[in-house]
Amino acid sequence: MTAIDTGQHQRSADEGLAGDVKIDVRNLSIGYAGKSALRNVSLEIREHEIFGIIGPANSGKTSFLRALNRMDEFTESMTVDGAIRFNGRDVREWRNAYALRRRIGVVFPLPVGLPMSIYDNVALAPRLSGIRKKQQLDDIVERCLSRAALWDEVRDRLGSLGSLLSGGQQQRLTIARALSQDPELLLLDEFSIAVDPVTTMRIEDVLKELRREITIVLVTNLVQQARRLASRTAFFLMGECVEVNDTEAMFTGTVKDPRTREYVEGRFG
Amino acid sequence: MFEATELNFRDNRVEWAVKALFLLMTLLLILPVLLILGVLLYRGGPVLSWEFLFTQPTNGMTAGGVLPALVGTIWLVVVALLASVPIGVAAAIYLSEYAPQNALTRAINLAIINLAGVPSIVHALFGVGAFVYFFRFGTSILAASLTLAIMTLPVVIVSTLESLRAVPHAFREACWNMGATRWQTIWRVVLPNSISGILTGVILEVSRTAGETAPIMFTGAAMFMPLLPRSVFDQTMALSLHLYTISMNVPDVPEALPYGVALVLIGLILSMNAISIGFRTVLRSRRKW
Amino acid sequence: MTPTDMSRPADISTRQPDSAPHRARDDADRRGFDWYVDKAVQLIVFVGGISAIIFIFGIFIFVTREGVGFLFEGFDLVEFFTSPRWMPTSSSNPTYGAAALILGTASVTGLAMIVAVPFSLGAAVYIGEFATGRSRETLKVLVELLAAIPSVVWGFIGLSIMNSLIVRIFDVPVGLNVLNAGIILGLMAAPIMTTIAEDALRAVPDTYREAAEAMGATRWQVVWRVVLPASKNGLMAAVLLGVGRGFGETMAVLMATGHSINIPDSIFDSVRALTATIAAELGETAVGSEHYRALFTLGIFLFIITFLINLTADLVVRGTGDR
Repeated sequence: MTAIDTGQHQRSADEGLAGDVKIDVRNLSIGYAGKSALRNVSLEIREHEIFGIIGPANSGKTSFLRALNRMDEFTESMTVDGAIRFNGRDVREWRNAYALRRRIGVVFPLPVGLPMSIYDNVALAPRLSGIRKKQQLDDIVERCLSRAALWDEVRDRLGSLGSLLSGGQQQRLTIARALSQDPELLLLDEFSIAVDPVTTMRIEDVLKELRREITIVLVTNLVQQARRLASRTAFFLMGECVEVNDTEAMFTGTVKDPRTREYVEGRFG
Repeated sequence: MFEATELNFRDNRVEWAVKALFLLMTLLLILPVLLILGVLLYRGGPVLSWEFLFTQPTNGMTAGGVLPALVGTIWLVVVALLASVPIGVAAAIYLSEYAPQNALTRAINLAIINLAGVPSIVHALFGVGAFVYFFRFGTSILAASLTLAIMTLPVVIVSTLESLRAVPHAFREACWNMGATRWQTIWRVVLPNSISGILTGVILEVSRTAGETAPIMFTGAAMFMPLLPRSVFDQTMALSLHLYTISMNVPDVPEALPYGVALVLIGLILSMNAISIGFRTVLRSRRKW
Repeated sequence: MTPTDMSRPADISTRQPDSAPHRARDDADRRGFDWYVDKAVQLIVFVGGISAIIFIFGIFIFVTREGVGFLFEGFDLVEFFTSPRWMPTSSSNPTYGAAALILGTASVTGLAMIVAVPFSLGAAVYIGEFATGRSRETLKVLVELLAAIPSVVWGFIGLSIMNSLIVRIFDVPVGLNVLNAGIILGLMAAPIMTTIAEDALRAVPDTYREAAEAMGATRWQVVWRVVLPASKNGLMAAVLLGVGRGFGETMAVLMATGHSINIPDSIFDSVRALTATIAAELGETAVGSEHYRALFTLGIFLFIITFLINLTADLVVRGTGDR
């Protein structure tokens, strides 16, 4: 129990925040054209926590995220079985899946700056939900870009193409866009792949702060990132959820499954 | 060591000879066209003048200009475009953005390929049977243009599809993840980034309908019709049919006249082509992602 | 400014932790305007999508509808395919033998393929495998130019330039014949064959080429031993589509063949093509007459033949399955 980092204190201090069950996953199985990607996963994600998901490549982490906001509707071969309850209600029962996706912000590993101006990139989601007032849009754009640690770099050229920014900037733009939806739930899929370490740290700080307001699911291939941020963590391996545990417990030895220890200690993956 | 260089030497010579042979074949394919264009220009050039473009044919079509045919061709192409572009773009959007991988989609693709292969004279028969008689449009610009529209539909679909597919899938996913519907995604991200490509492709392909003759012969084009068309229910002259008529059916036509008509027709098509190819080059150099 | 003043997305930075869980959002089941627009658009583009199928059936139905009377009354299958006597306007005994027309079309298309296949494939190989950069782009534009010349202009070229050239070079009385139309048709079919063949060559993955080049093969050896075998189905499809194009071409063969009913003995004989017969005679027939319906029957025949050619080309391409 010697591993102590500054994050842990904050986490303990915030422990009171974590409240109701935000996402309740029961017996979730995902397949692509008959090939299984995820089998029989059950877990709970609570309001106001950062929930980490770690595991090697192809363990079903991304598929899990895609099932949460019903992206299987856009992927023909993808099949989802089991129940995913969001705010206590099965996502499949939402008659308006678009409203569901509007409440869930997603950041994928490879940055996607849409080929429109930086301003339009961030204003897109608010506009989709019907906001037309210039002043209001301006506020949202500035706030979200600041949150994503991009505002200072682009404030003078909001009209230039978002798709021509550098990789790291595009990733922060993607995060700003996800925030512009005013999501209740933010899904981050290995967001730091395309970002330099300094920016990664800045975004991590933002996430810690956002946690007060929203729930975050953080898929990461960096176990230390999960340790820095997540209060609880799931370990996925080859389409299976090996265990869900308090993050600190996972790193300090009280694992439920020996494979988890081997992974977090870096013996494979 | 010696043997190896010998071999390489032979390989190099073969390589050189083969390359020269293929270049020769390519040039032999292209040269006749350039020669033909040259001859047309040489023989038809003297006929061309503003007067030739803007006066009516006179003296039993053995003298005068091509105004009604030129205007008629423009009518036919524009009306055909108005019909084929919305249908073709809708079809391409369906195939690129909505169509699941199933038997129906395969059938649609097969139908497009076959529609492109139907002989133009069969399109003409269809136009006569369907538009002229069944739908009672009579021989009119409307009937002829609709026939042309169906004929050009496959190329409109294919070139639009190419432009739509050039927009990376990741852009769509990003948009969907924000809660955009498929249509909002198409309207705000896919179309703005492909519309210029769609338009250039469509203009390039459709300009060629200006030269079609068989499909309009019996559906709406008249051999001689000095009045300019006033509505889509009128018959009209067309450059392509005019060229056919004066070179096959009208006696005592001065030798240079049909060359002049051919030159006007090719000029019309090539200038549309040049505009769209130029536009395409500019677009390609302007990187957006 | 209190949080309640602000509409939803604006409250992200001011939102207090305790207010967050209680955000009232009732849009889970409300399908708004956008939802219905999306469904409507889906329906519209679906109709556009199946339009190609509708039109193919429409063409078949309408052409058959006009020709069907003839098929059941005056039509004699044996006569149609074996008799060279196409005499629809004979007042005493009209006959409808299409053998000479079929042979006319076949001879012209055959010669056109002899002219066009080697040159188009050669050009495709040069443009796709040897040419680079600017020269490649230029050649491609020139091939597109070739495709832009309308068939009536090709017909006129056959009628005027080629006609006198053939008379002068071969010392024959008439220059409107199989040779003339074959060359014209070959030049017309070449661009489409070149384009499709080049696409087929380009579909061969570069890794194949690199693997062969790594073993020391020259460009030509790579093309001959790797690229051509790997793309042979696509090349075959290109040839088939060229055949279909030649088969269905109308104006150029009408003007350049001489348009006289003949079973050709040599390439200097005038012939008459199926398509040209329809184009030349439809204007002179009374709607609904036997002659009129016989021409539509020719149309059905043409439709079926080209349909089969295109279907075969598609099957040949799909047969590879090595994308």
